[in-house]
Amino acid sequence: MTIMLFLLQDGITNGAIYALLGLALVLVFAVTRVILIPQGEFVTYGALTYATLSSGQVPGTARLAVAMGIVAFGLDLFAGRRSLHAALLGRAFAINILLPAAILALTTSLAGRQHLIAVNIALSLSIVGTIGLFLYRIAFQPIAHTSVLVLLIASVGCHLALQGFGLVFFGAEGQRGPALSDAVFTVDPLRFTGQSIAIYAVTVALIAGLWLFFGFTLTGKALRATAVNRLGARLVGIRTALSGQIAFLLASVIGAVSGILIVPITTLYYDTGFLIGLKGFVAAIIGGLVSYPLTAIAALLVGSVEAFSSFYASNFKEVIVFTLIIPVLLLRSLAAPAVEEEKD
Amino acid sequence: MIAMAQRLPIIGFALVMAAIPFIPGMPPFWIVLLDNIGLSALVAMGLVLLTGVGGLTSFGQAAFCGFGAYTTAVLTTTYGLSPWLTLPLSLLVSGIAAVALGLVTVRLSGHYLPLGTIAWGLGLFYLFSKLEFLGRNDGISGIPPLAIGGLRMIDPGSIYFAIWIAVVLCALLTMNLLDSRTGRAIRALRRGHVAAEAFGIQTPRAKLLVFIYAAVLAGLSGWLYAHFQRAANPTPFGAQAGIEYLFIAVVGGAGYVWGGVLGAAIVVILKEILQSYLPLVFHGEGQLETIVFGILLVALLQLAPTGVWPWLTAHIPFRLNRKRPDTSLALPPRARAALTPDVLLQVDHARKQFGGVIAVNDVSFDVQAREIVALIGPNGAGKSTTFNLITGVLTSSGGTISVLGRKIGNATPQQVVKLGISRTFQHVKLVPDMTVLENVAIGAHLRGQAGALASMFRLDRADEAKLLAEAARQIERVGLTAHIDALAGSLALGQQRIVEIARALCVDPMLLLLDEPAAGLRHLEKQQLANLLRQLRDGGMSVLLVEHDMGFVMDLADRIVVLDFGTKIAEGTPEAIKANPDVIRAYLGAVA
Repeated sequence: MTIMLFLLQDGITNGAIYALLGLALVLVFAVTRVILIPQGEFVTYGALTYATLSSGQVPGTARLAVAMGIVAFGLDLFAGRRSLHAALLGRAFAINILLPAAILALTTSLAGRQHLIAVNIALSLSIVGTIGLFLYRIAFQPIAHTSVLVLLIASVGCHLALQGFGLVFFGAEGQRGPALSDAVFTVDPLRFTGQSIAIYAVTVALIAGLWLFFGFTLTGKALRATAVNRLGARLVGIRTALSGQIAFLLASVIGAVSGILIVPITTLYYDTGFLIGLKGFVAAIIGGLVSYPLTAIAALLVGSVEAFSSFYASNFKEVIVFTLIIPVLLLRSLAAPAVEEEKD
Repeated sequence: MIAMAQRLPIIGFALVMAAIPFIPGMPPFWIVLLDNIGLSALVAMGLVLLTGVGGLTSFGQAAFCGFGAYTTAVLTTTYGLSPWLTLPLSLLVSGIAAVALGLVTVRLSGHYLPLGTIAWGLGLFYLFSKLEFLGRNDGISGIPPLAIGGLRMIDPGSIYFAIWIAVVLCALLTMNLLDSRTGRAIRALRRGHVAAEAFGIQTPRAKLLVFIYAAVLAGLSGWLYAHFQRAANPTPFGAQAGIEYLFIAVVGGAGYVWGGVLGAAIVVILKEILQSYLPLVFHGEGQLETIVFGILLVALLQLAPTGVWPWLTAHIPFRLNRKRPDTSLALPPRARAALTPDVLLQVDHARKQFGGVIAVNDVSFDVQAREIVALIGPNGAGKSTTFNLITGVLTSSGGTISVLGRKIGNATPQQVVKLGISRTFQHVKLVPDMTVLENVAIGAHLRGQAGALASMFRLDRADEAKLLAEAARQIERVGLTAHIDALAGSLALGQQRIVEIARALCVDPMLLLLDEPAAGLRHLEKQQLANLLRQLRDGGMSVLLVEHDMGFVMDLADRIVVLDFGTKIAEGTPEAIKANPDVIRAYLGAVA
């Protein structure tokens, strides 16, 4: 019985992280139709940037953000070449050049001089957030109108490139970061660390936040409208490119948050994120890529199944987690709508 | 349709490939590269059919290579079977795995499918690396080489022939398959189910077929790989490899068989170059080739989303002439019940509710033999929904629909078309990248018999010639012979509607359902259409049409049924309808 409780606790902690990633995936898919394979890279970038900063060094991701900003600026200039005016130029310059440059400057000046966890977290999130933003601008915005398949393959390309950069920046060695809090308290027989409480709290807060954002704010509704019909959204004055950028910004920040939450408990390598992200996928698929609450519940299920199978059949842990999807797919097949038309 | 002249490039290609190893001073390294290209090309070819043509994206093909490779690895090492004996078994195992996974996966819509394939691809990869009898992470080594008599294919130069013979043969079989009755059914899949099913194509079965076909090609590649490497371990069958195969297909051109081969060449060579030169330039830091690879891929999708092959063929100056079908070949008429009752179609209190909206509210009417009935009404009156109820696209919420006095209940579209009811669509549903002839031939799908295997081995030619002859005759009948080889997507919208009529006529129907056939036609074309429909009626066919052009309807129809907000408000001859106050009110408002 105690073992069961331990396993369940473990599963819920993991599941909370998968829930966050699943939510980000649903969010990005719903707005841009991109199936975000590089979500896992946002996790590792967030975690390892935080760990690198904590050890007093300047992470390579800050420089990557600057480089991507320059490319994004070039694309903005090219796209707007027929109607270049000062306001457009100024805005593009501020977002694409000044912002990442300022973050890099701040990172370089602060690295190694202070050890405030909050500052390191803020820096990590802004670095990964800008990378996410520019990733959409560079890789997806020019092909935003194409089919889900083309977007998916581009997404795989981004995953490969980002994972390769991850190896360059962080090396093949695994890293851990400092915990957010050292507090521990016991509810017999379970032992709760401050870290796991933080995981639960952040997950719940983000889920509630997303729900409020999409349900009750104009920007949230505009994002949903973009998902349903890009042309229609443009006709009523929604800037669809901006919607995509916001979605990627949110997803990358959520990914980085998850990374920062887990890096104190598990050692992360440059390529760990892919597998973690895929488990978020399993949850997102169970949730049908549309429902936030269903995805969150599914993620907890995935986490628990993983915890139990790593205890009872550790060899087949991954097999079990990934085949979990088959019965779900079967159910979805049976319930699939009869009329499916012209998707490309 | 592929005449000998069109086979010539393939024969030329085969000869060039056969000559390459005999070039003096050919570095063995290049032969290994070509071996790898051939192995990838086989998998990519399956993906072309599955993804590019059939519209089913799979990231899991590498797992099927694994089934092929491990089957032969276990059977040849543990049980000492001959590799030639394990070939059919390897293909069989891949095929059976595909049936099991396919039954679950192919029914999924759009993006669930690729995600599902990533998931089971990973699951199978971990399974391969954990199972004791597959040697876990170390895999199985000491697999015997392929041997013919005394010739043991140990070096890359000799298995080269086995690999490339397989590639060329599979390319031929695949092209044969695509250019056939089954091939047209597969090519229609990507544009959705409704049109294909309206002509009797069992779409789930067609999808499962391509899924199995792609898996068997991957299994063949795996079998060759195992005997080429003489070892099998889980790494080349993981998610990364599955992703790479899809790349290959997309880079080369996912819609084209030779795009798969070209893509394999581009990707394999590119990877080789990147792996050997990048470390020199950047002093060996990390996996630079993956970075460049990823970036190139994204760039390629932005610049040439359809791949390299179509871009290449667009620059070839000459075009092969297509052979015209011999229209003297006759297809036997569809077996039809004797028209004993005069009522062909009886719609009795048909009802369709979408949640709280009643789209069709207890509508009753009938269509007699040799009669043109028009269904009219303002927008949103429920006309197209009525069509969808009759043809089985939607299941009715109540009422009965009978054909020749027999209730058809909730028949599937495929069953309805078998009864001799064919239709056109309000929003044209043709396959835009197929020719007019091929599109129209889909209409004759149920009147042919040839299956996938017969098509691959060209045993379907007699059957196929008759189908194409019938299609050509119907195209002539509607007056589009000038456009017979044009791509359907290149025609004007009005002409596309006429192509749909020709396709529906290929069914040899007793009742033709036309949804706004005259929309987008010019005055003269409308007159031609009206003449054609009168001819069809005089030849014994009945027509039920939805149309907004009142002049056209009043001039043509024998009887008119008027719907408004889902309810029938009037029925009668054109003269009676013109004078009916309810109809005038529905169209023009109360005061008129």
